[in-house]
Amino acid sequence: MKVPLSWLKDYIDLDGYTVEDLARMLTLAGLEVDEIKYAGLPMPTYEDGGRHEFKTSGIGWDRDKIVVAEIREVNPHPNADKLTLLDLFDGEKEQVVLTGAPNIFDLKGTGKLPNPLKVAYAKEGSTIYDGHADGLVLTTLKRAKIRGVESYSMVASEKELGISEEHEGIILLDDDAPVGMPLVEYMGDAVLSIDILPNMARNASVIGVARELAALTGRELRKPIIDYKAEGESVEKLVSIEISDPELNPRFVLGLVRDVEIKPSPYKIQRRLRLAGIRPISNVVDATNYAMLDQGEPLHAFDYDVLKERAGRKNIKISTRAAKDGEKIKTLDGVDRKLTSSNVLVLDEKGSLSLAGVMGGLETEVTDKTKNILLEGAAWNFINIRKTAKQHNLPSEASFRFSRGVHPSLAETGVKRGLQLMAEWSSGKVAPGLVDEYPLQPKDSVVEVTTKDVKRLLGIDLTVEKISELLTHLEFKCETTKVGLRVIAPPHRLDISEGVVGLADVLEEVARSYGFDNIPETRMADTLPPQIGNPVHEWEERVRDLLVSLGLQEIVSYRMTSSERESRVVSHDEYVVLANPIAPERSVMRRSLLASALESIEKNSRAESISLFELGPVFEPVKNALPNEPRKLVLVMTGLRQSLSWDVGDSPNFDFYDMKGRIELLLSGLRYTDVIYIPTDSRPFLHPGKAAEIIVDDKIVGVFGELHPLVRDKYEVGDAPILAAEFDLDVLRSVSPTYGIKAVADVPPILEDIAVILDEAVPASKVEALIRQTGGKVLTAVKLFDVYRDEKIGAGKKSLAYNLTYQSDKTMTDADAAAIRKKIVKRLEHEVGAKLRS
Amino acid sequence: MLDKLNEIEKTALESLEAINDQAALEAWRVANVGRSSPLMGIFSGLGKLSKEEKPVVGQAANRVRVALESALEERAQAVKNAALAKSLEEEQLDVTLPGRRVQLGRLHPSTQQLRRVMAILADMGFQVYTSREVETDEMNFQMLNFPPNHPARDMQDTFFVDAGERGDNPILLRTHTSPGQIHAMREYAATNPDNPPPIRIALPGMCFRYEQITARSEIQFNQVEGLVVGENITFADLKGTLVDFAHRMFGQDARTRFRASYFPFTEPSAEMDVECFVCRGKGCSVCKNSGWLEILGCGMVHPVVLQNGGYDPKRYSGYAWGMGPERQLMLRYKIDDIRYFWGNDLRFLEQF
Repeated sequence: MKVPLSWLKDYIDLDGYTVEDLARMLTLAGLEVDEIKYAGLPMPTYEDGGRHEFKTSGIGWDRDKIVVAEIREVNPHPNADKLTLLDLFDGEKEQVVLTGAPNIFDLKGTGKLPNPLKVAYAKEGSTIYDGHADGLVLTTLKRAKIRGVESYSMVASEKELGISEEHEGIILLDDDAPVGMPLVEYMGDAVLSIDILPNMARNASVIGVARELAALTGRELRKPIIDYKAEGESVEKLVSIEISDPELNPRFVLGLVRDVEIKPSPYKIQRRLRLAGIRPISNVVDATNYAMLDQGEPLHAFDYDVLKERAGRKNIKISTRAAKDGEKIKTLDGVDRKLTSSNVLVLDEKGSLSLAGVMGGLETEVTDKTKNILLEGAAWNFINIRKTAKQHNLPSEASFRFSRGVHPSLAETGVKRGLQLMAEWSSGKVAPGLVDEYPLQPKDSVVEVTTKDVKRLLGIDLTVEKISELLTHLEFKCETTKVGLRVIAPPHRLDISEGVVGLADVLEEVARSYGFDNIPETRMADTLPPQIGNPVHEWEERVRDLLVSLGLQEIVSYRMTSSERESRVVSHDEYVVLANPIAPERSVMRRSLLASALESIEKNSRAESISLFELGPVFEPVKNALPNEPRKLVLVMTGLRQSLSWDVGDSPNFDFYDMKGRIELLLSGLRYTDVIYIPTDSRPFLHPGKAAEIIVDDKIVGVFGELHPLVRDKYEVGDAPILAAEFDLDVLRSVSPTYGIKAVADVPPILEDIAVILDEAVPASKVEALIRQTGGKVLTAVKLFDVYRDEKIGAGKKSLAYNLTYQSDKTMTDADAAAIRKKIVKRLEHEVGAKLRS
Repeated sequence: MLDKLNEIEKTALESLEAINDQAALEAWRVANVGRSSPLMGIFSGLGKLSKEEKPVVGQAANRVRVALESALEERAQAVKNAALAKSLEEEQLDVTLPGRRVQLGRLHPSTQQLRRVMAILADMGFQVYTSREVETDEMNFQMLNFPPNHPARDMQDTFFVDAGERGDNPILLRTHTSPGQIHAMREYAATNPDNPPPIRIALPGMCFRYEQITARSEIQFNQVEGLVVGENITFADLKGTLVDFAHRMFGQDARTRFRASYFPFTEPSAEMDVECFVCRGKGCSVCKNSGWLEILGCGMVHPVVLQNGGYDPKRYSGYAWGMGPERQLMLRYKIDDIRYFWGNDLRFLEQF
């Protein structure tokens, strides 16, 4: 919301505060000032290097060089048809000023003006915006000849003075503008752009902001006196209202003004509206907008005579109700809108008049010919208005306020303020009385507050008097009771509840007014909580640390993907599907971490070597319930095993065993000792001969291998094989071993080698298992150090060579070792047909 | 005989002088003190000498042998020293050539920042609490005092899951980690419903908002929330805790301020700003000239939320706050495009 400072000053004395002081106070109190636009008032200056605390725009007007002046005569330009020469008096001297402004062109050559026109006069040397430039470009007025006539100064438009974008004509000030007065003194302004939080709808008005400033400064709020002369027949005799559902429409107020003269509003009003971001239309429309900005109650003006016609010259009967599904209305903007039962309509006996709280209808709109105006102020259920504005994509000043909640008491205040302004600006005559249907009056909340409550929740000691003072500034009524205060919420607030919630509501107001910065910073004195920790999280962090120590880079991918994207590597029939995806390629929740990891390889395919991991949930849909979110881990590697450099000219690619080594170290780092790897061809995305399941405690905890070449080809990657591993972390964690540290032996070990020749088909893991079983406890390490094939050994055969380490508590002899070795060889011969290689 | 010995000694010592390498030394040793050297010949001929000559020649031969051997040792050391000096002089590397590297693994920057945050909070007594990412409207909004159609929902544009007609309780992607507040409170309260224990937890995790993906807005982001509930918890405690946190996170002299704000699940609500650590409050592009950086939103837990968690708001109070590790990183490292975080470009990730 944009609030001109001059308007605020109508309601509170702000002397002694700079614009930035006010912006800072409001910001800290929750009315965040986004931007300050200066429209005349001097901008603060800062020392070198210093900057504005707030986003700042606009210009300040030079006191001496930009003044109020009067045009006394408009003369033709000798050499240019479209230009005129103005005889102008600036309070000191007569000046001749050149202008092409269309809004005084008609006066050309009419001689001395009986009523001189008051204008904003920028003298030679003044700095203003260039009216002809695109955007805002500062320029300083210099002497120049234009078509043979000397020009050194100008009469300014709003754009040139930084008031608005308007450059269609020069500003014509109100007649009471004192000639010669510095313009900044007459109408210098600054505009605060304030973000209105959802719970501060009450402050979407000038009076609301002024009230906050009153509370923050301790100064008096001077509300406008809303009063006018009423005459003629009472409106109550001419119009009736029927509300069918008070929940939707708690209050509906109508007032009548007769014999309005539609014309532009006073310039002062136009200027304020423009500064507030609203385009002036006519005195009557401006009055509704001005009253809304002033009081926070959106108003709607009907052409009374049109309604009267529609009623067959009889009494007008206005009613409100929920729309029927499929019902239609043509709104002010000329659009035919199809309605639903969430929308609320204002109707007369002939049909719908407006979409309540959001937009009026076309037929009964105020026009230049309107004579009599029926002015509506109402209260609506904010949920309906919110739905309606969203459904029809009609954000407006009215729906902004109504969808956040406007107190029904403001319907009356707003209508009266509107009537007063219409009477004032259009010489209309207000009919006595109001038609006021008020079936659902909200109760003013009452909250009991004690000094103990303030201490318990805010941690500060405030006296009852202080609490009362802080709240009174915000127009709460406070009564002292035996235990504390009885606080009654003011009749413009819907956000104060009762009971324990009401207490929080009121304490927030106490804290805000007191100033959050004045509340001390303390360390908690409360009891410490039970220590529970988060073993799952801690374990996952350990997994991350191990993978990092193994040289892998962690990635984090979008949780949202599409089945097409994932189907390059793995297909799933069912997904957690988004009802409102931002794009088709982000329309479901991922089932696979591998799919996004492969996309990352694709993205980084220029790197010579890539080793990545990601840890996180995938999403498995469950019918009519929340999805399962099992935790997964993926590892991917591809590219060169060794980085090429000045002394490494070549390197093999990562292969199956590079990945397996990482997996072994990860699992050993997580204390798994008995891990079994079983060849598998059941994963279509893996190379059938280069894939294994990882088994712990008979459970498949993961799978890894080389990506199937056909799958790899679906990604834009190099020729190197891609290695991939996927773990089910929940399963892996469920089989976490208990682990103890073995004593380190003092006696030296016996080291031996053994090489056996056997069939290719015998897996190395089986040989090692047999060796270990046979060797028993004293065989503490078995390490395969060579795999060898050649013609001598024979086709279909291989030689496996192992380092064996024997270690016992007591010193072992070579003979002890030889005996065990003999048993091992015998067992291997017997079970897998191995022959000792000599 | 003695002359001969003197001659042997003299010749040997002279020839030793000229020797500069290991091989020549060895040859000299064989020639002069080896088994078949003339000196050894004298030893082996001792038996043939007379009783009187024997001890005299023997002693002299021994002296010569000791002299030669020690001269050899001395010379050997000298040769070694010379060789070492030479090698030290000659063997010079280009120390500016790159070293041989192994692959360095790294955590994702968000994980790193989450850990920084969690480590500070752990020191302050906050335990980690994690919960699911897909939630119900009830847990994500209603229990947190966002009724259906509440205007505050506009602040959190939501991704909904296509899950059939569920009325006012659709399934959605959590827009904040705050549903964890309810889960946690209920878990703690269940351990002792009449006297629920105090809570101090940090809730990290991925959250989602319906946004267009641009340099400034993302559809997913991490959040860390803190939640404290107890019988003596005040707004002053909230301020103290968060100021302490800011000092650990941004430096002991980091200035902070609290601005009133609005969140449905806290009241009073505030936002904490930290003095811009780029310009020290003078105004710069990072803080958009305000001198302050918005770091977190916070407030006293709303009575309705306490109630929904199983804590009686008349007896218990609490505070909560939420902050974004990616935002903190963006401010800290002047990252101007939030899309880097989930882009998984190694050229970005490897800078952390």
